[in-house]
Amino acid sequence: MTHRSAKDPAPVLALRGISKSFGAVRALRDVSLDLFPGEVHALAGENGAGKSTLIKTLAGVHRPDGGQVLLDGEPVTFHGPADARDAGIAVIYQEPTLFPDLSIAENIFMGRQPRRALGRIDHRATRTATAALMHRLGVELDPDRPARGLSIADQQIVEIAKALSFDARVLIMDEPTAALTGSEVARLFGVVRALREQGAAVLFISHRLEEIFRICERVTTLRDGALIASEPLAGMTEEDLVRRMVGRDLDELYPKQHVEAGEVALSVRRLTREGVFTDVSFEVRCGEIVGMAGLVGAGRTEVARAVFGVDRWDAGEVEVAGRALVNGAPSTAMAAGLALVPEDRRAQGLVMGMSIERNIGLTGLRTTRRAGLMDRGAERSRSLDWAVRLQVKYARIADAVSTLSGGNQQKVVLAKWLATGPAVLIVDEPTRGIDVGTKAEVHRLLSALAADGVAVLMISSDLPEILGMADRVLVMHEGRLTAEIPRSDATEETVMAAATGRAAA
Amino acid sequence: MTVTTTEPAPVAPIPASSSTRLVDRVFKMRELAIFVLLLAMLALTQLGNSAFLSEQGIKDLLLNATILVLVATGQALVVITRNVDLSVGSTLGISAFAAGTYLQGGGHPVVAVVLAVLLGVGFGLLNGLLVSLGQVPALVVTLGTLYIIRGIDSIWVGSRQITAADLPDGFVDFGSGGISAVPWLALIALAVLVSTAYYLKHFGSGRELYALGSNPEAARLAGVPVRRRILLAYTFCGALAGLAGALYLARFGNVDSGTGSGYELTVVSAVVVGGVVFTGGSGTVYGAALGALLLTSVNSVLPALGVSSVWVLAINGILLILAIAVDRVVALRVASALKKRNARHG
Ligand SMILES: Nc1ncnc2c1ncn2[C@@H]1O[C@H](COP(=O)(O)OP(=O)(O)OP(=O)(O)O)[C@@H](O)[C@H]1O
Ligand SMILES: [Mg+2]
Repeated sequence: MTHRSAKDPAPVLALRGISKSFGAVRALRDVSLDLFPGEVHALAGENGAGKSTLIKTLAGVHRPDGGQVLLDGEPVTFHGPADARDAGIAVIYQEPTLFPDLSIAENIFMGRQPRRALGRIDHRATRTATAALMHRLGVELDPDRPARGLSIADQQIVEIAKALSFDARVLIMDEPTAALTGSEVARLFGVVRALREQGAAVLFISHRLEEIFRICERVTTLRDGALIASEPLAGMTEEDLVRRMVGRDLDELYPKQHVEAGEVALSVRRLTREGVFTDVSFEVRCGEIVGMAGLVGAGRTEVARAVFGVDRWDAGEVEVAGRALVNGAPSTAMAAGLALVPEDRRAQGLVMGMSIERNIGLTGLRTTRRAGLMDRGAERSRSLDWAVRLQVKYARIADAVSTLSGGNQQKVVLAKWLATGPAVLIVDEPTRGIDVGTKAEVHRLLSALAADGVAVLMISSDLPEILGMADRVLVMHEGRLTAEIPRSDATEETVMAAATGRAAA
Repeated sequence: MTVTTTEPAPVAPIPASSSTRLVDRVFKMRELAIFVLLLAMLALTQLGNSAFLSEQGIKDLLLNATILVLVATGQALVVITRNVDLSVGSTLGISAFAAGTYLQGGGHPVVAVVLAVLLGVGFGLLNGLLVSLGQVPALVVTLGTLYIIRGIDSIWVGSRQITAADLPDGFVDFGSGGISAVPWLALIALAVLVSTAYYLKHFGSGRELYALGSNPEAARLAGVPVRRRILLAYTFCGALAGLAGALYLARFGNVDSGTGSGYELTVVSAVVVGGVVFTGGSGTVYGAALGALLLTSVNSVLPALGVSSVWVLAINGILLILAIAVDRVVALRVASALKKRNARHG
């Protein structure tokens, strides 16, 4: 498909020499960008490179300190998100921005509901349009259901539906696929391609490089807020792109060490939570990395939460190192050496207003205490150590976590749990939203932990990650464990077959 | 390039969802529960004192509730946006006195009511501006205006007093008259209540008040004019407090510098008991009105049963805590019900 042929149309939306600082942090320096109709444009860069800041500038959320935004070649000033929207710019932000108390339909159409006579909202039309959007995205979400309690993936779907719900000339998507699995991503890309055929300009951000190569024609790379390159993707390799992003060649992405598995560290037997998952049994041994694959909603996160004790289970038992855990008691699980890095890190893993140092330190309150009082010095050195190991990008370690970029917030949660030195580590989507460079680092860390005898259960929707890192792959489908595949037999086909319920279990 | 042109979207069957119905039912149940509680209380009182629900008894009950219902309706709007207006008692007092002074000088009753409403609008605008522009919590701002307005009232009124004798007869008659047991004032309150509820449900700006209270940051990103909406809620609340002031004058005919003192707490209790969640984003004005009705009924029921009125405050407090506890339990139940449903679709 040749989309932007030689005739080279004028950009719909362009940035010229944009700069933006937050205090001492220069998030964007002199960045320019052209978005053409009928083209999908990727924005690449490490965590904290300035991608989200650039998007928020296009969306009228941030006012640039310097430079111009051009719409159809004319300079414009967006005084707020409504201005950008009225100009036909639809944005999916990195963090879902939903109204928990309102229905999905209202969330999607807030501010621009279909109207009846006298300016009254046409509730029925709103609902019908929402159902049509859901159908188009291939998901079954009830338009009348409140947004409260939606899973991360479903929240993401609602955000996507919101952006698709109006006549957008420009569609901007900040990591829309981070929480989605293959089939949903495919569905989204189908919709994006259709929009492209209709002449929309699309800006797409993802840390999954294969997605960029699948859907985009052109890529702009940022590093430390500066523009590195803006070029066609044709002829580029993933290595080229990584080099532009991180400024050096990358080590191996999946540095899996072979470790002889030891004793059984975590044993889960016939675990059931009514209506959520049924009869789940598996073991994880010391030194082993067990991957858990499955589609979104298969119940993986729910199993992890129940094992850790955040949710109660209805039947079954969980043992750590031969000792049974108490149902619904995370503190005993932690005492037994279990750690859980949750999927929804913003909501469950961070105290947004607190400093980076304190957030990492939270799990160490037991160990860094002296005579019942907190030892701030020990807390700081421990936090600094982990922040450096995970390459968290921050101005000062005492800054609030809320000022970090999305990926760097993820790293803080990882650091917080890795710092506990667990015997059994459950990680739910360990590299979601994390850039390639750090991804390799996280993988190296997991591998090193396993080599030290830690039992690791890794839930991931990133299939290459599962295949690259796991000694054994457990696959869940609709609340049941449908397959257990050894590393040697695990391929994209075998795992996907089990995940979609096509395999004989 | 409308999204729906590529696939002439076959309208997906809306999945009949038990979760939605559950949530709906819970919220309807909340209002229903208050209503049943109210009826039960009135019925019991009637059993103990057969004069309680006489025509005059019902009329008194409604008259007493009217003013609280009006102010609670306005307050509900503000609470829905995750704010609060503590100055309503002071606004009610000063507008009642202003209307009275005007009528004393031979003014027309309709103009007097308009005057009271406009005064309320003025104070509402002031609150709205301070809250939406300043980065100070609404609780603190309106606590400030509570004292400021009360202070102005005291300086202006001094030890003066307006009594029914100073007011035109028509105005006082209107305040106590009605169609058999239903007072005119209650009809006014009902009309305000119904139109406010309709507005909140069916107009974009009404829904935006909920959006704002539910997630302010998301509201900003969705292009909701946050400041204008907050200003709107406060202005409306002020206007209703002003109107309530005029009706207070008509009902009691007696106003001095202390009128409406401490009223804000009753109002906020009524709103919360009625299921408008203090953290914003949910609840209805009908709920708030039922809450107001319940609290005023407690006031009338106890004397009718010969119980000392010192118990009224304690019972109000118990109702309030009960309401919050119920909210909490229901919220947890609903959350876990929704979670279970989530996990079922793949
Ligand atoms: N509100 C803010 N206050 C202070 N600093 C901020 C704020 N928003 C962003 N920053 C800083 O600006 C820089 C760029 O952040 P941005 O969110 O644009 O990164 P990003 O490229 O989107 O990263 P990621 O891939 O992790 O999402 C970061 O160093 C971040 O800490
Ligand atoms: Mg970002």
